[in-house]
Amino acid sequence: MTPASDNAITLTRKDLLGLKDLSRDEINLVLDTAESFKEISTRTIKKVPTLRGTTVINLFYEASTRTRTSFEIAAKRLSADTVNISASTSSVVKGETLVDTAKTLEAMNPDIIVIRHSCAGAPHILARLVSQSIINAGDGFHEHPTQALLDLLTIRQRKGGIEGLKVVIVGDIQHSRVARSNVYGMTTMGARVTLCGPAILIPRSVEQMGVTVETDMKKAVRGADVVMMLRMQFERQRSIVFPSIREYSQLFCLTGDTLELAKKDAIVMHPGPINRGTEIAPEVADGPRSVILDQVSNGVAVRMALLYLLAGGRQ
Amino acid sequence: MKLLLKGGRIIDPSQDMDERSDVLIDKGRVARIAKDMSLSRNKGGGSTQIIDLEGAIVAPGLIDMHTHLREPGFEYKETIRTGAAAAVAGGFTAVACMANTNPVNDNRSVTDFILRQAAAAGLARVYPLAAVSKNLEGKQLTEFNDLKEAGAVGLSDDGRPVISSGLMRQALEYAHSLSLPVISHCEDLGLSEGGAMNESFVSTDLGLPGIPSISEDIMVSRDIAIARYTGTAVHIAHVSTAESVEMIRRAKREGVAVTAETAAHYFTLTDESLRGYSTNFKVSPPLRGARDRDAVRQGLRDGTIDAIASDHAPHASMEKDVEFALAAFGMIGLETSLALSLALVGQGIITMGRLIELMSLNPSRILRIPGGSLREGSIADVTVIDPEREWTVDPSTFRSKSRNCPFEGRRLTGKAVLTIVGGKILYRDAEFLP
Amino acid sequence: MENKKRIVMDADRIDRSISRIAYEMLEDNKGAEDMIVIAIRTGGILLARRIREKISHIEGVEVPLGILDITLYRDDVIMRGKKPKMGETDIPFSLDDKRVILVDDVIFTGRTIRAAPDALMDFGRPRLIRLAVLVDRGHRELPIQPDYVGEKLPSAFWEEVSVNLSESGGSDEVLIL
Repeated sequence: MTPASDNAITLTRKDLLGLKDLSRDEINLVLDTAESFKEISTRTIKKVPTLRGTTVINLFYEASTRTRTSFEIAAKRLSADTVNISASTSSVVKGETLVDTAKTLEAMNPDIIVIRHSCAGAPHILARLVSQSIINAGDGFHEHPTQALLDLLTIRQRKGGIEGLKVVIVGDIQHSRVARSNVYGMTTMGARVTLCGPAILIPRSVEQMGVTVETDMKKAVRGADVVMMLRMQFERQRSIVFPSIREYSQLFCLTGDTLELAKKDAIVMHPGPINRGTEIAPEVADGPRSVILDQVSNGVAVRMALLYLLAGGRQ
Repeated sequence: MKLLLKGGRIIDPSQDMDERSDVLIDKGRVARIAKDMSLSRNKGGGSTQIIDLEGAIVAPGLIDMHTHLREPGFEYKETIRTGAAAAVAGGFTAVACMANTNPVNDNRSVTDFILRQAAAAGLARVYPLAAVSKNLEGKQLTEFNDLKEAGAVGLSDDGRPVISSGLMRQALEYAHSLSLPVISHCEDLGLSEGGAMNESFVSTDLGLPGIPSISEDIMVSRDIAIARYTGTAVHIAHVSTAESVEMIRRAKREGVAVTAETAAHYFTLTDESLRGYSTNFKVSPPLRGARDRDAVRQGLRDGTIDAIASDHAPHASMEKDVEFALAAFGMIGLETSLALSLALVGQGIITMGRLIELMSLNPSRILRIPGGSLREGSIADVTVIDPEREWTVDPSTFRSKSRNCPFEGRRLTGKAVLTIVGGKILYRDAEFLP
Repeated sequence: MENKKRIVMDADRIDRSISRIAYEMLEDNKGAEDMIVIAIRTGGILLARRIREKISHIEGVEVPLGILDITLYRDDVIMRGKKPKMGETDIPFSLDDKRVILVDDVIFTGRTIRAAPDALMDFGRPRLIRLAVLVDRGHRELPIQPDYVGEKLPSAFWEEVSVNLSESGGSDEVLIL
C-alpha cells in the first residue's frame, strides 16, 4: 500500500494564465503527469472517475473547435461535467460585460473555468475576480499556455529532452500567442530559440525574451532540431498584414527543400489548423518528420494533466 | 470682508518673490503684500478674516490648462460642477476645458452653455477651449472669432490630432491673427491605430498592440515646422517622449514660438505599470519608457516644457472595468496633480518657484487669462499649499464623479489646503482649517 | 519519538507465506488456467512477481502479469494542492472472462484497495477477482477482505508497516516503524 502523502506532487497555484509564470519544475510536473494520462486514451473505456462531480466551464469568446473540443474531451475522460459557453450564444451578445459574466459564473460555483478571449489580459481579470481556477486557453496575442505545453511534450517525446535543442518558430510572431508561450516555455527549459518571419511582423524588442531573430528563413532553419510553423492569417481587423499570400509563401513556406537545411532528424510542428501551401507544403505536413498529429493527441493528455493538477486547488 | 493671510511663504515667480510675508485680500483682489501686517493699519473699516499660514506656501492660484469636464453630453462621467469642485479640492483656481464634448464645443452656444454652468457652480473658474475644426472632423475650421467673443480662450481638437497639415497651417495662422493659442494633440493615427499602450518590450511581453513613440514625434515635428514656416505659435499638449522634448528644446533655441505642457503621469510612471493589465494606466498618449520619463523631467527643469496640466479625463467604471483592449483611454488627475508635481520638488528636480511657474504663471500667460501672479491689484486667486502634509490617495473620497485613478493607495506628500478664488475661500482642507 | 524499528517477518517467514499464498491460489483455481496476476502499484509489484515465480515453479506455467495504478480511482485524490504521483498502468492483455488475482503488499484501512476492482472493470469483464496480500494489519474502515493473506499482523493505527523485498535493495523483511 502506498500512502497518499508519499510522492505527492504540487502545482501550488490557483490558475494557469501563462507559461511565463511556470518554473522548469512546474513544466516538468505537467509534462510527466500528461505522459501518465496518455495511456488512458488508449484504453477501451477512456475514462477514469478522478474528477467525478467537478464542473469545468469552457468560456470561449473566440470561436475554436479544436481547443474547445480538446478541453471537453480531457474533462470528460476525467469524468468531470463540462459546460460550454460560447460568446455568440450567451448573454455576452446581450452586452453583458466580462466582469458580470465572471461574477455570474462564480455564483454558480463551478470548479474550473477555461477561457479563450480575443483580448490579452482577459483571463487575468477573471483570475482576480473569481475564486475558481482559471485556465487560459488563449488571450489575444498574449499567451496560449496549453498549446506550448503540448508542444514541449511532443518535443520531449521525440527528442528525449528539450535542453540545448535549436528550435525555429516561423510566421507572424507579432500576432501569435502560440509563439510567445512557446518562447517562454522553451527558454525556461533551456532550448535555443530563433524567431523567423517578415520584418513587419516581428514584435518590438523581442530579443529581450532571450531569442535570436532572423528574417531569412533559410538561415533560420539551418541546423534546426525543431521547426515550428505558425498559421498565417492575412486579414486582421481592418488591415492586411502582408502584401499577398503568394509573396508570403515564397519567403516563408516550409517546403521539402527548406526542410533539408535542418538536421536530418528534425521534426516539423504546427499548432493547426494548417494552411496547406501557404506556410507549409502538403508533402511536408504529411511527411515522416511531421509530428502534427502527435501534437493533437498530446493536447488532450496535457489538458487532462492540468485539470487534474488544478482541481481542488481552491479548498 | 477682507482676508488676511499671515505668515506664509509667498512664492510668486512673476515678481521674483520667495519670502515669508502677509497677503491682504480685499474686494476680490490682492490689496497688499507686506510683512507683519496688523489690523490697526487697515483703513476703510469692515471686518477682516485672519488666517495663520505658518508653514504653508502661498502661491498665485494654480491653473490647469488641460482638463475634460465632459459636459455637455457625458454627464455620467463628470459635470462642470463636479469637475470644478474637483479642481478647487486639488488646489486649482482655474481650469481650461477641452472641446470634445457632445455636442462638440465648436460653436458659441456650447461655449455659452459651459460658461453658464461654470458660473452656476461658482467654484473654480472655467475657461472653455473650443474646437479647431467643426465636430472635430478635421475638415473645416470653426469660427475662431465668434468663439473668442463667446469666451473661448484657445482652440484644440484634443482627443484627436488635426490630421491635415493644410488645415493645421490655416488654424495656426488664423488663430495667431486673433491672439488665440492653438493646443495640439500630436498623434499620427496611422502609426497609433489599434494600439493600446506604448510600443516597447513591455507591449511585446504583454501581447498588446503598441503605439510607437514616433506617432507623437512625427506630429510634434510637423507642428513645429508649420509654426516656424508661418511665424506663428503652437502649444504642444501632453508631451510624453524624449524625442518630443528634444525637438521642442531645439525649436525654442531657434526662436520658434512653441510652448509645451506635460501631465503628472508622464513624469511619474512608465509603461512597466501596465504589467497586470490594469486599465487605470491606459492613457493617450501612453505611458512611455524610463528614458522618456527622465527626459520629460529634464524638460520641466530646463524650461523646455512650460506647463504641467493634468489632462483630467474621467471615465465611468463600465468604460474601464473591461478587457484592456476595449477600455477607454484616460485617467483623472485634478486631485493628484499637485502632490505628484510637488514630488519633483522633493526630489530636487525642480524648485518650488519653478513649480509655480509651471502650474500657475505659464498657463496664465499661454492662455492669456488673468491670474498667475500675486502682484498687488491682481485677482485674488490664491492657492495655499502645505508641502509637508502626508496623505494616501483614496479615489472614493474624490470630488470628481469618476474613479479612474492609477494612484490609489499611494502615499503622497503635499496638498492644497486652501483654494481662494476672487477672494472667496472655495476649498478648505478640514485638517488645516476646521 | 525514537524510531523503534521492529522486524516482524524475516526472509524465511516471508518466503513461506508467499509459497502458501501461491499454493492456495492454485488450489482454489484448480490449476493456473485463465489466471492473471495484477499488481497494485507500487507495493504489489515485487510481491506479484515473486508469486508468479512460485506458480511457475509449481505448475510450470507463466501466468500473465499486469500492473495497475489506482491513483486516479482513489476517493481522496482531489485534495488541496497535493496530488499523488501517478504511475503507468500496464495491462497489455484482455481481462475478459479471466480469473484475476489482485496483489498488494499490505492491506490497512481498505481504501486503496477498494479502488482496484473499479479500475479493473474499465479494462474488461473478469470472471472473478480475488485479492492477495502479504500482510493484513487490521483497522479496516471498509468492508474489504483479502482472499489470500500471508500473515495477520496486529499494529497500532499510528504505526507504519513496511514491506521490503530484496529486489529493491536490502533484505527481505517486514518492519513496523
